[in-house]
Amino acid sequence: MTVELAILLAVAVPFAGAVLIPLTGAKPNLRETVTLVCAALLFYLVSVIYPIVAAGGVPEVYLFEMLPGLSVFFLVEPLGLIFAGIASFLWIATSVYSIGYMRGHNEENQTRFYAYFAIALGAAMGVAFAGNMLTLFIFYEVLTLSTFPLVAHSGTDEAKRAGRVYLGVLLGTSIGFQLLAIIWTWSLTGTLDFTDGGILAGKADGLTAGILLALYIFGIGKAALMPFHRWLPAAMVAPTPVSALLHAVAVVKAGVFTVVKVVVYIFGIDFLFDIGVSEWLQYMAAATILIASLVAMTKDNLKARLAYSTVSQLSYVILGAMLVTDLGIIGSGMHIAMHAFGKITLFFCAGAFMVAAHKTEISQMRGIGHAMPFTTLAFFIGSLSVIGLPPMGGLWSKWYLALGTLETGKLWLLGVLMVSSLLNVAYLLPIPFRGFFSSPEENPPLKSSHNHDSEHDHTHDQDRPKGIKEAPVACLIAIGVTSAGCLVLFFYPDPVYDLMRQIVAP
Amino acid sequence: MEFLGLLNYWIVVVLMMTGFYIVIAHNNLVKKIVGLNIFQVSVFVFYITMAKVKGGTAPILAEGIEIYSNPLPHVLILTAIVVGVATTALGLALVVRIHDAYGTIEDDEIEARENEL
Amino acid sequence: MAAQYPALQVVLALLAAPVCLILRRPNAAWAVATVITWISLALALSLLGRVWETGVILYPMGDWAAPWGIEYQIDTVNAFMLVIVTLIGSVVMPFARASVEAEIEEERIYLFYCMYLLNLAGLLGIAITGDVFNLFVFLEISSLSSYVMISLGRDKRALTAAYRYLVIGTIGATFYIIGVGMMYMTTGSLNMADLAAILPAVADSRTVLVALGFLTVGLGLKLALFPLHLWLPNAYAYAPSAVTVFLAATGTKVAVYAFIRIFFTVFGGVEIFTAGVIPQILAVLAALAMIGASAVAIYQTDVKRLLAYSSIAQIGYMVLGISMVTVTGLAGTIVHLFNHAIMKGGLFMAMGCILFKIGAVQLDQFEGLGKRMPVTMAAFVAGGFSLIGVPLTVGFVSKWYLVQAALEKGWWLAVAAILASSLLAVIYIWRVVEVAYFRPPPKGSAEVSEAPLSMLVPLWILIGASYYFGIDATQTLDIAFAAAETLFAPPL
Repeated sequence: MTVELAILLAVAVPFAGAVLIPLTGAKPNLRETVTLVCAALLFYLVSVIYPIVAAGGVPEVYLFEMLPGLSVFFLVEPLGLIFAGIASFLWIATSVYSIGYMRGHNEENQTRFYAYFAIALGAAMGVAFAGNMLTLFIFYEVLTLSTFPLVAHSGTDEAKRAGRVYLGVLLGTSIGFQLLAIIWTWSLTGTLDFTDGGILAGKADGLTAGILLALYIFGIGKAALMPFHRWLPAAMVAPTPVSALLHAVAVVKAGVFTVVKVVVYIFGIDFLFDIGVSEWLQYMAAATILIASLVAMTKDNLKARLAYSTVSQLSYVILGAMLVTDLGIIGSGMHIAMHAFGKITLFFCAGAFMVAAHKTEISQMRGIGHAMPFTTLAFFIGSLSVIGLPPMGGLWSKWYLALGTLETGKLWLLGVLMVSSLLNVAYLLPIPFRGFFSSPEENPPLKSSHNHDSEHDHTHDQDRPKGIKEAPVACLIAIGVTSAGCLVLFFYPDPVYDLMRQIVAP
Repeated sequence: MEFLGLLNYWIVVVLMMTGFYIVIAHNNLVKKIVGLNIFQVSVFVFYITMAKVKGGTAPILAEGIEIYSNPLPHVLILTAIVVGVATTALGLALVVRIHDAYGTIEDDEIEARENEL
Repeated sequence: MAAQYPALQVVLALLAAPVCLILRRPNAAWAVATVITWISLALALSLLGRVWETGVILYPMGDWAAPWGIEYQIDTVNAFMLVIVTLIGSVVMPFARASVEAEIEEERIYLFYCMYLLNLAGLLGIAITGDVFNLFVFLEISSLSSYVMISLGRDKRALTAAYRYLVIGTIGATFYIIGVGMMYMTTGSLNMADLAAILPAVADSRTVLVALGFLTVGLGLKLALFPLHLWLPNAYAYAPSAVTVFLAATGTKVAVYAFIRIFFTVFGGVEIFTAGVIPQILAVLAALAMIGASAVAIYQTDVKRLLAYSSIAQIGYMVLGISMVTVTGLAGTIVHLFNHAIMKGGLFMAMGCILFKIGAVQLDQFEGLGKRMPVTMAAFVAGGFSLIGVPLTVGFVSKWYLVQAALEKGWWLAVAAILASSLLAVIYIWRVVEVAYFRPPPKGSAEVSEAPLSMLVPLWILIGASYYFGIDATQTLDIAFAAAETLFAPPL
């Protein structure tokens, strides 16, 4: 198979899956097989592309000319490959997990769920492989629209409201700011191709470039930089597999991925460094990191806490990009990968708690480690990775981000990273600790809960006999794989690092 | 003298404003059509006036005819009159249908009934 | 034969109209109208092809030489308009058969086709003629026939809508001939090219300025330029569906064309834009239309009215492009003429399908429609994306060029207005989507019950086209840019 064909298929396979899934909707087993086959095939295709890009190749696939002089085409460079690799690998894990979760939770409209899930993945692939900003924007919007039905999946009033926030923020920022920035770039430079060293150098003065940068960074609402972060907590009404893969990996990573792409290939690190307009965005990112961490501490709902944690972690990537130094960019790219594994593990665990023990509030999770030791252990591993402690992959990305801040000589930014890590410890680690070392009797009586599951299950929850009661096996397999991934990435982060190295020192 | 020389144009302006006023101010749908008609007629007068050449006759190729009026606007206005008649006829036909449907041809009463729908 | 195409383009439809009147049988009238429209499309395409290859076609009517005789002048701009009008007509006709049968009493159906053909002839005449008075005649032919078509709607409010449109439309047309008369007074010519050559010499006179004022207001009424748009919402909302589709997609577009023709060809040599405040006024009105009409659309409970208000906003886009007086801006307008025609045509067709099955297009009737009429609602959502300007749709293409043109001019407020209007579009489209997909169908409604294929196929042709020309916009944009450059070129 030629690499060009592999690229095309990598984008096409999920969309083909989205067509096949409704056709096989009547037979759930066949339908899930389609999803799994697509996911596996996708990962295989990405792994076909990997050696070529790792060897320094930049395969390109021309699609069609959309506007005169402006084409839609794919071009795979190292950063895109990292994103595609993570998304495709975790899709396999998530598909396995979904089967256990969706059936265990008796969700409705599962066919629609799997179909839109596949479309979202296809769009994520398109974002990853986009050769220019127009192509990226097209798939970015497809990703927004295809995830809307997933967010509003349950169709309740709460879900509808969340859907409105979701769509409003994401479309509002992308049409209001990002599209404007793209057209502006086009009218300044006459190209939108991702080019080494950027396309704006010499075409835009400092002020224009500064405004453009702000339009891009805030226009990429998926990166959830404050104050445009509200959609992410809102999206947590979606079923957990959606939160796990899309709102911890595919969608949000598409956002920060776009940020890094724009910084590296539209502006160019050197140009951006010379004009020095990114400094105030460092402040914005630093503020988001800290504020979101603080907000996360106040959340009792586990998924909400994880969502704010994601907001905070995404700004690490933005901060790394805004440092506009080689090490900062490397740290950003690595954090995309490392955070993905850590956070998806946490979300998988949150979903497992919900399916097996019907618990969504952290205050109800004392002693949960007795009933669900495996899940709680995995949660612990994921937490360590997100915090950035050895022996987890998360260490490396924080390491390079920290080196990046030192490179700029801004010690206070290093301070922000350290404080934030402490906050991570404070809001993540108590959950597994109390899970293991407290007993369920210490849980306070449930006051008012929005979640009907915990309401009607609470009563017979108490008199349930003690013993192991884990989530469905499919869920456990997925949790095992992703938490093992956190470990593996500590000992073997080289593929990600080497790819990022290529970007800054081609 | 100038005023009298431009007399036709003054008539045009007065007719136009009268027609326009009726269209806007009157409540009765038939009267609105009448106003519309007056409005259009003012334009006919306008065209005919501007084509008139002092002392000119009809543009006939004949011995001794040196000065003649411009025939083109006259012809144009024949077309415009046809259009005007068609518009009036259609307008009145619509008023008849409206009367059948609403039982009135007063604008405010119709509006009140529409708001009930 | 090919030399006579310009005349045939108009005359065929004009002659076919009384034929329908004689035939009286609904199906026969429909067949005549359909065949004539398709032939007209073929003619329009061949004319566009010829213009593209050999340049402007001049056709003196009855061999009476210009400037005394009426001359048809076909360049890229109006050849493109002819294609838009006939193309929409060709898709509407198959759709109309079932839709009209359901919405118009049987004994009046042949009248509908007669009026449709007159309307078609009028619109094509406006587009093709090179004579300003001839344009007035065709304007009135198309207007009178559209009043009749609107009044055929089965809601009795259609009658008052038609009446009001008649009054306002007649005032607009009369304003237009007043302007023409004044131009004739100063130049002695009615031929557009001739006028363009003479006008610069006499442009300083107040008469010419007043003429321009009357022309602007007259055509502004016809194209529903904010705040002269009051006739439009009810006319579109209560007209029979096929009429709404056709008028929304072509009627105002042709008026926009006439506006462009007057401003850029006839007054092309006069520096009305650089000296006066006209561009600013137009830009402000356009921006108000884009924001105001979109905001009003959000509060509509009748979805057809909602789309009508959206049309007013979209006309704002077109006028905004005109007001920039740059090639990019004008090309944006011209390409949007086409793009909006196909997307709004498609959306109103979806309304037609829903009216056909449900009998109403009130928002609360849309409950569960995503399940009951999945094909139609999917088309509505797809068309709605185009209205919002999601990439890969034609709406995105238009928006792209309008924003680019505004950026080139440094008109930041215009940029903001375009983007804000798109975001408002998200809201009004999403209101419908939420009701259709997130509310359960009312009890006792049929499971799945779709409109007949004769309606769904045309619907999806237009929706499909709005994606086809959004994915590969190079052809339409090439034409639009060529057309814009023609308009900026010095007169012949």
